[in-house]
Amino acid sequence: MSASAIFILDLKGKVLISRNYMGNMDMNKVDHFMPIMMRMEEDADSSPLVTHGSAHFLWIKHRNLYLVAMTKKNANAALVYSFLYKMVEVFKEYFKELEEESIRDNFVTVYELMDEVMDFGFPQTTDSKILQEYITQQGHKLDVGAPRPPATVTNAVSWRSEGIKYRKNEVFMDVIESVNLLVSATGSVLRSEIVGSIKLKVVLSGMPELRLGLNDKVLFEITGREKSKTVELEDVKFHQCVRLSRFENDRTISFIPPDGESELMSYRLNTTVSRTHTHTRVHTSPLLHVNLLSSVCQVKPLIWIESVIEKFSHSRVEIKVKARSQFKSRSTANNVAIMVPVPSDVDSPKFKTSTGSCKYLPEKSAVQWNIKSFPGGKEYMMRAHFGLPSVESTELEGRRPITVNFEIPYFTVSGIQVRYLKIIEKSGYEALPWVRYITQSGDYQLRTN
Amino acid sequence: MEWANQLCENRQFGSKMTDSKYFTTTKKGEIFELKAELNSDKKEKKKEAVKKVIASMTVGKDVSALFPDVVNCMQTDNLELKKLVYLYLMNYAKSQPDMAIMAVNTFVKDCEDANPLIRALAVRTMGCIRVDKITEYLCEPLRKCLKDEDPYVRKTAAVCVAKLHDINAQLVEDQGFLDTLKDLISDSNPMVVANAVAALSEIAESHPNSNLLDLNPQSINKLLTALNECTEWGQIFILDCLANYTPRDDRESQSICERVTPRLSHANSAVVLSAVKVLMKFMEMLPKDLDYYSTLLKKLAPPLVTLLSAEPELQYVALRNINLIVQKRPEILKHEMKVFFVKYNDPIYVKLEKLDIMIRLASQANIAQVLAELKEYATEVDVDFVRKAVRAIGRCAIKVEQSAERCVSTLLDLIQTKVNYVVQEAIVVIKDIFRKYPNKYESVIATLCENLDSLDEPEARAAMIWIVGEYAERIDNADELLESFLEGFHDESTQVQLQLLTAIVKLFLKKPTETQELVQQVLSLATQDSDNPDLRDRGYIYWRLLSTDPVAAKEVVLAEKPLISEETDLIEPTLLEELICHIGTLASVYHKPPSAFVEGSRGVMHKRLPLGGDIGGSPAMGAGFGAAPAVMPASLNAPVGGGLGDLFDLGGVGMPMGAYIPPKIVWLPAMKAKGLEISGTFARRAGVIQMELILTNKAMSVMTDFAIQFNRNSFGLAPAGPLQVLTPLGPNQTIEVSLPLSTVGPVMKMDPLNNLQVAVKNNIDVFYFSCQYPISMLFVEDGKMERQVFLATWKDIPNDNESQFQIKDCHLNSDAASSKLQGSNIFTIAKRTVEGQDMLYMSIKLSNGIWVLAELRVQAGNPNYTISLKCRAPEVSQCVFQCYEAVLKN
Repeated sequence: MSASAIFILDLKGKVLISRNYMGNMDMNKVDHFMPIMMRMEEDADSSPLVTHGSAHFLWIKHRNLYLVAMTKKNANAALVYSFLYKMVEVFKEYFKELEEESIRDNFVTVYELMDEVMDFGFPQTTDSKILQEYITQQGHKLDVGAPRPPATVTNAVSWRSEGIKYRKNEVFMDVIESVNLLVSATGSVLRSEIVGSIKLKVVLSGMPELRLGLNDKVLFEITGREKSKTVELEDVKFHQCVRLSRFENDRTISFIPPDGESELMSYRLNTTVSRTHTHTRVHTSPLLHVNLLSSVCQVKPLIWIESVIEKFSHSRVEIKVKARSQFKSRSTANNVAIMVPVPSDVDSPKFKTSTGSCKYLPEKSAVQWNIKSFPGGKEYMMRAHFGLPSVESTELEGRRPITVNFEIPYFTVSGIQVRYLKIIEKSGYEALPWVRYITQSGDYQLRTN
Repeated sequence: MEWANQLCENRQFGSKMTDSKYFTTTKKGEIFELKAELNSDKKEKKKEAVKKVIASMTVGKDVSALFPDVVNCMQTDNLELKKLVYLYLMNYAKSQPDMAIMAVNTFVKDCEDANPLIRALAVRTMGCIRVDKITEYLCEPLRKCLKDEDPYVRKTAAVCVAKLHDINAQLVEDQGFLDTLKDLISDSNPMVVANAVAALSEIAESHPNSNLLDLNPQSINKLLTALNECTEWGQIFILDCLANYTPRDDRESQSICERVTPRLSHANSAVVLSAVKVLMKFMEMLPKDLDYYSTLLKKLAPPLVTLLSAEPELQYVALRNINLIVQKRPEILKHEMKVFFVKYNDPIYVKLEKLDIMIRLASQANIAQVLAELKEYATEVDVDFVRKAVRAIGRCAIKVEQSAERCVSTLLDLIQTKVNYVVQEAIVVIKDIFRKYPNKYESVIATLCENLDSLDEPEARAAMIWIVGEYAERIDNADELLESFLEGFHDESTQVQLQLLTAIVKLFLKKPTETQELVQQVLSLATQDSDNPDLRDRGYIYWRLLSTDPVAAKEVVLAEKPLISEETDLIEPTLLEELICHIGTLASVYHKPPSAFVEGSRGVMHKRLPLGGDIGGSPAMGAGFGAAPAVMPASLNAPVGGGLGDLFDLGGVGMPMGAYIPPKIVWLPAMKAKGLEISGTFARRAGVIQMELILTNKAMSVMTDFAIQFNRNSFGLAPAGPLQVLTPLGPNQTIEVSLPLSTVGPVMKMDPLNNLQVAVKNNIDVFYFSCQYPISMLFVEDGKMERQVFLATWKDIPNDNESQFQIKDCHLNSDAASSKLQGSNIFTIAKRTVEGQDMLYMSIKLSNGIWVLAELRVQAGNPNYTISLKCRAPEVSQCVFQCYEAVLKN
């Protein structure tokens, strides 16, 4: 069904540790993995799936490690990759960081975990909180206090153990929205999307039942409160604790939360243009179509960049960048970093900015313009000047985009709001929910000429 | 060991105590030292020693010599130590099978430990020790663990059944573990259910005929309930299992879909993809005019788009699958073009896949945006990506006619960049554009010709030469251009040589006066100086054509070419259907059926989508009324005999007695079909399979517009023509119709094998029924095998494939039996008599090329015959036996 064996390799392809789950393949086949990878690299090729004869290797890379699953069947590839990432997560929970050294330092635990998280190629319990209840690093005497499998492992509620106790019951909630933006070199917005995430830190005793209320447009339509300000979530993904069928039925988000930190849900909103627009405008001429699209954008890009990068071969590069904040002035973007690409062979940088500071990063072939605090409705300028060598490098350089990093606290670009978080536990304690909003840059790219 | 040594140095003065210290003992005499430590009286020392052993094992050192000493440590009260010893056993038991027996007692004891963790650990580890002798001892503990009170033990035991089955399938069947496993599907604990489903699916996969996953509405209901409660991985097992089920009707299909859709909101991408698989498959059964059908279509788009925010490897799997989904159901993502725009930091494999999907989604509505993007990509630096982008522009031109002009001008812009590989790629696609829109864009030829010298790739050179030849009359210096290529004729690749030959012949036919010398030169180069048979042959053909009949030559060489089609790289429909059934798996990533890359899967039937809800079938399904290409399971093609025999022996086989025809029975009672009663039977007449039907109208109104369609079935039976009911069928009227059948329809394994699901339509409604045909209908006339071949084949087929049956109360002598059987194309090849017992050796060939060999033993005076059947596809044996019985007793 999935993996016959899983290997953890170092960067040279040497096996650090492995587990043969099905015993139906020669473990030495993994020796072919690295040579194939090297060959692909020579051809500037890359694929997360490589084949040698009847052996298929599905791999991911984490720091200085390769995690490789080997199979000879028609395995569920999505499951394998998803499992490999889950393994990384589990190891990180155990060893803080997963790297060559942490594997060596903890090989006994790694073996134990590999034995527990997968059996005969079938993923089993991968919830690190629960695993930590019975896979510990202390040697136990069997007769006294050896751990037993927590009932949680096989329970329907497999993510929370019973009998958790806190003196003070609280829930901290972070609503984090990342803005992904792709702007063409001509300045039209190709894609603009918000990926939101609601993260929980749960400090609650017992087995609490939680219900979360959002200003979800579909919910408000069902309940007939259409006038209030609502948000249309295009796609929602939930942690496994949320009852999906219940949400499907009446949009109620109800769950028994895992203890401690977790991501409760994520959602996506496309803010480029609503779909009905594309549909009705089919008959307009294609060129007109483009213009209309950019004019009906629902949300203006939060930070807008205009740039002129002029390259005078053999002598210099001149860069002018204008950054404008397009959100309300009561909000402020913090730690704004604007990365402007420059050719790799530039020298003698000179900068001038109306605010903030500039730094040339040769290793990234870019100028980084940092603005600590960028209030809404403002516009700043930056100019940079570089020298170019008289001998031009023959290497072709790609046109890299300008990227922007920022965060805006106490603000969600979508307008999503937590209306309530109801907490009910049979012991009847009072618990306080805390909510914090933040918007940040995701994959924020503006192509250059 | 390098890093262990290195570590040793690094950590010499380190105060941190970690496991890595165990890697440091690499000196000589190490094994000896370890042996002593393992046998130490001190528990702590023992444990340290085992850790060192495991550390050595981890770095690939052979420590199997310590086997007895490590096994001695197994009986310990320290859990960590126990786990380590188990780990050691798993690694080395196979190389020391005799000594592994030593461990059995401890395993058996541990399986009864008070702590469920130990019980599960023991049963889990035992299953991983692939030593035959040990597996026998595993049975009793496993049986107990399958019924353990603790679900953690049960879920581990469930997986252990699959492990054991992999080592010794027979043992598992004999011990009745499969039934216990099936019972676990009704377990109260969701994780046990999920693991039982996974184990059964795994077993069923290697034994496609076992009918293990006997899915029915009740068991499906249980699975759907467990789906809501189990872990993310369990949900995937269950969804993948559900995908193998074929709902009975559209209502059941819809209700399953309704219960699966909530999974689309799961955070785990693999759960989402498995849910998409179930939905894509079951959707096939929903009538297109159903409201729910369009609701479902709308629900699929957002989760598919969200998959593109996952980790790159998962994005890649998602994109490969989206590529299939947009081919199958383009409407789902037709408005989502922009999400496939390439980001600068996407890995190259993601970029290439996105590009592919962009082209598939390109339409008149979005072409402007697509082109702007492609042009942007064409100026990037990644060569593969740029080439593909350029090619994509050409494909847009061919796909969206309105955009062709814009595409051509974009390509010309790109040619101006003079970037070598961009130019070459552009020329290759412009050639295709010329093919699609002849005589429209010749004005660009001049620009193309300017770049002649920079072309160094065969494909680009060939494309350019084709263009010059095709438009020779408009290019003044065509002869010079072609002549320049001719100089290095023998250094060119075959592709270029062939193209050059044709182009010069075209040129000659268009401008005969100036180019006679050139054509002679190329013809002699091709025919006299070349070793390549293709080139020589083509050269000779042109030569002969030109010298015998120049007018004919002109008609042949300059004939109008068929237009090229819009989508050239669509996946063939039957393969696409199969791949849709494999969404999320390696097959869907490779775009190849599992049989193409999984060893030993040749006998596995290809998965197919269920038959559509509306009888016409969507055109994309390719099924319609008959003409779909047949896909034979690869294994069934194995021994094919008498190919030429077929040609020379057209139906001339004498028939000593008529073939067996079962009596007609009622297939569809009138009350189930609004007054239409259908009874019928099957017959084989003169080599043609006939479905003989009696249609009776028991309703009050006239019936017209009859049509018939079969679901996919085991042998690809399909109507060879329409149902011939030409006049309306009045009330109380009966009509007899004979429907000839072909065996080239789509194949899907049915249960029972000879089951046929039929849909009959008339002006009132569509009715469904199933019937079973005697497999003897498929016995072909040239089924008599040569004696020698028979002997060899009999030996060659493994004994596992032999099955024995008894035919009771048969009072024919062997000769009578033989001639009766021959009437149904069961041929006696030889007869032997040993001690009053006649042994008849017979052969049968099925319409799909499967041979069945038989040995029939007839004892004089004994009415019970014994028959042994051998076949490479043993699943047909039961049906064949039934035919024997039917033929001999009628």
